[in-house]
Amino acid sequence: MCPTDIGPPNYMTMLPDVIKKNYGKWKYHEILKPGVMKHVSESGDALYTVRAGSPKLVSTDFIRDLCNIADRYCDGHLRFTSRYNPEFLTPKEDNVEPIIKELNKLGLPVGGTGSGPGACLSNVIHTQGWIHCHGAASDASGIVKAMMDELYDYFVGKKILPAKMRLSLACCINMCGAIHASDLAVVGMHTKVPKIDHEKMHAMCEIPTVAASCPTKAIRRHPDANIKSVVVDETKCMYCGNCFTVCPAMPLANAEGDGVAIFVGGKVSNARKPPMLSRVVVPFLPNNPPRWPEVVNTVKHIVEVYVDNARWGERMGEWIQRVGWERFFTLTGLPFPVQLIDDYECARETFRSTTQFKWT
Amino acid sequence: MDDRTPMVDELEKGPWPSYVKELKRAAKKHDSVKDLIKVQERSFERKMTQWKHGGIVGVKGYGGGVIGRYVQDPKEFPNVAAFHTLRVNHPSGWFYDTKALRTICDIWDKHGSGMTNFHGSTGDIILLGCTSEELQPTFDELSEHGFDLGGSGSDLRTPTGCVGPGRCEWACFDTLGLIYDITKTFQSELHRPPFPYKTKIKASGCPNDCVAAIARSDFSIIGTWRDRLRIDQDAVKKYAESGFDIQHLVVAKCPTEAIEMVKGKLELTHPDDCVRCMHCINLMPKAIRPGVDTGATILVGAKAPVIHGAVLSSVLIPFVKVQPPYTEIKQLWEKIVEWWDENGKARERLAELIDRMGMPAFLKAIDVEPCPQMIYTPRANPYYFWDTAEVKK
Repeated sequence: MCPTDIGPPNYMTMLPDVIKKNYGKWKYHEILKPGVMKHVSESGDALYTVRAGSPKLVSTDFIRDLCNIADRYCDGHLRFTSRYNPEFLTPKEDNVEPIIKELNKLGLPVGGTGSGPGACLSNVIHTQGWIHCHGAASDASGIVKAMMDELYDYFVGKKILPAKMRLSLACCINMCGAIHASDLAVVGMHTKVPKIDHEKMHAMCEIPTVAASCPTKAIRRHPDANIKSVVVDETKCMYCGNCFTVCPAMPLANAEGDGVAIFVGGKVSNARKPPMLSRVVVPFLPNNPPRWPEVVNTVKHIVEVYVDNARWGERMGEWIQRVGWERFFTLTGLPFPVQLIDDYECARETFRSTTQFKWT
Repeated sequence: MDDRTPMVDELEKGPWPSYVKELKRAAKKHDSVKDLIKVQERSFERKMTQWKHGGIVGVKGYGGGVIGRYVQDPKEFPNVAAFHTLRVNHPSGWFYDTKALRTICDIWDKHGSGMTNFHGSTGDIILLGCTSEELQPTFDELSEHGFDLGGSGSDLRTPTGCVGPGRCEWACFDTLGLIYDITKTFQSELHRPPFPYKTKIKASGCPNDCVAAIARSDFSIIGTWRDRLRIDQDAVKKYAESGFDIQHLVVAKCPTEAIEMVKGKLELTHPDDCVRCMHCINLMPKAIRPGVDTGATILVGAKAPVIHGAVLSSVLIPFVKVQPPYTEIKQLWEKIVEWWDENGKARERLAELIDRMGMPAFLKAIDVEPCPQMIYTPRANPYYFWDTAEVKK
């Protein structure tokens, strides 16, 4: 019997020597160019990092390719960032260019660095989509590929941003990842009520759990006591799909009804303004595989308007706070449908209780 | 059957590295991935997922760590009829040696699809797709080579920390050490789901929060300091001489106007006003550093929208020293989950329980004194409770 409860390997065994030696003794860092950082320790030691893009959904051969580079130039060590980017670390400055060359040979872009004025766009945090999830209202890998092909120049630093911009994607409103606190986010949405399979309900689902799963209390027991199932008040259902999460007998995926929403203006860092939640600015765009042109064009447009209008060092949410949401809609030309006005818990906090606003 | 996949093939084009190319590489060795590509094409055609609901599978001794998945049409796609995911606990900071990575790749090529995620959003290595029969042998072999499963279900999910002192001059505590210690200490809570719902722990070394602890963990540990910024005036001078606009980019953006240029020097003129937001440090890393009396702020409650809306963590403990064996932090987490475990409804996250029962009740239960750092503003309504024992008769 193999051992259980051993936990992960001790990280200390995974660190390159230069990091073990200078652990906790770093003094400063600089970004030498897009994708390349230099960290300098109190001891005077330097550490060079080369950051590359990755599709996250990768084969074992991809990992072996990375290992070959790490064996050759980084004493057999590498790491990944919290946004899926592999990083190659070496104390030798002479290794930087050969690492970049090897990465480019594999078709991997080098970039994704910087958080202040002139930052690169980093990788897109994303989820499983139609590759592996049962609840996905949209795909993940497909849209991310389509978006990043279009925004590629921002990753490699051929185009630059006023400040850090975090782009993320979740394939349903469970919002796995950091979607609710990203500068720009794409979220899979349903727009049709679940179809109830009354035959399967009593065999597959726990009815009180199904009723309790609904944020708007749209679900109650079937009024006919002989039918062990539930009914949905269609006027109260906003298609979140949480009942389907707990009960297979309530599917709501629909080819034409499913699509994505666009959220903007969230952030997690505390720099300048406190962390912010992302806000909906486009309630629905259709799923249009394999390139999702409506989604890609909207995202690209918002990025470009932000780049053209934000002040140096200003993140999406900070820019919008300064100019006001009414200006955001004017500048982007996005319509303002009624779905953008909150009508859930604590909605009133989002209404404008002041005469201060701009004419549009 | 038509084996062409024109829509999926389209995503091999373009400059960004293609996941479709990765699928095709794995498909050369694994029939399951050949079917996975066809399943992806089918979802593109039908604009819908092709996976059945749920799936409960696992390995002996554990209640979590494996996500079961079955394809809707197993006759047409027999090689992904069962296509389960294993979550493998990553080493702190996602640092690897190539020997360990190659071992994982070899094990996965032997037992599974050869497709992975490096990494899942919570931090785990995702081994994407194998049959039910292969789960136990895969786990056994991983375990023999020093790797264990991560979390899933109503358990402590895999804890995650930023790169911290491994490669960052701003780390206010040892994120990697703390996360490793916590993960080892709470192995049982991680592998055998005991709670009303999932719970997550994340640690960031400073308020830049590079693992998004404030948005993505019920228990967020974020590095900070109690003394003053350290400013190197020679380095400030060099920034100024290089043409860097200190006044507009740094001074004017300080959220509390705590820092100013005084006669060519950058001074923290109002040290008590500094809220340690990191902005000036971020922009002038060679000149400004965090203080030396470092520790962490502990915040609680972050979660995604379901059910009562998205929540960012809020301050619970303004400052705690973070030193091995991390007893204070571990005991605090234990107290919190004990209250939650006792009072939480099924599928109720910590923040939702706090909202339902009230922050005051939560603070009392875990024996934490209220303080103004916990709030943006005091309440505006007059609807508060008194403990009858505290009101004079």
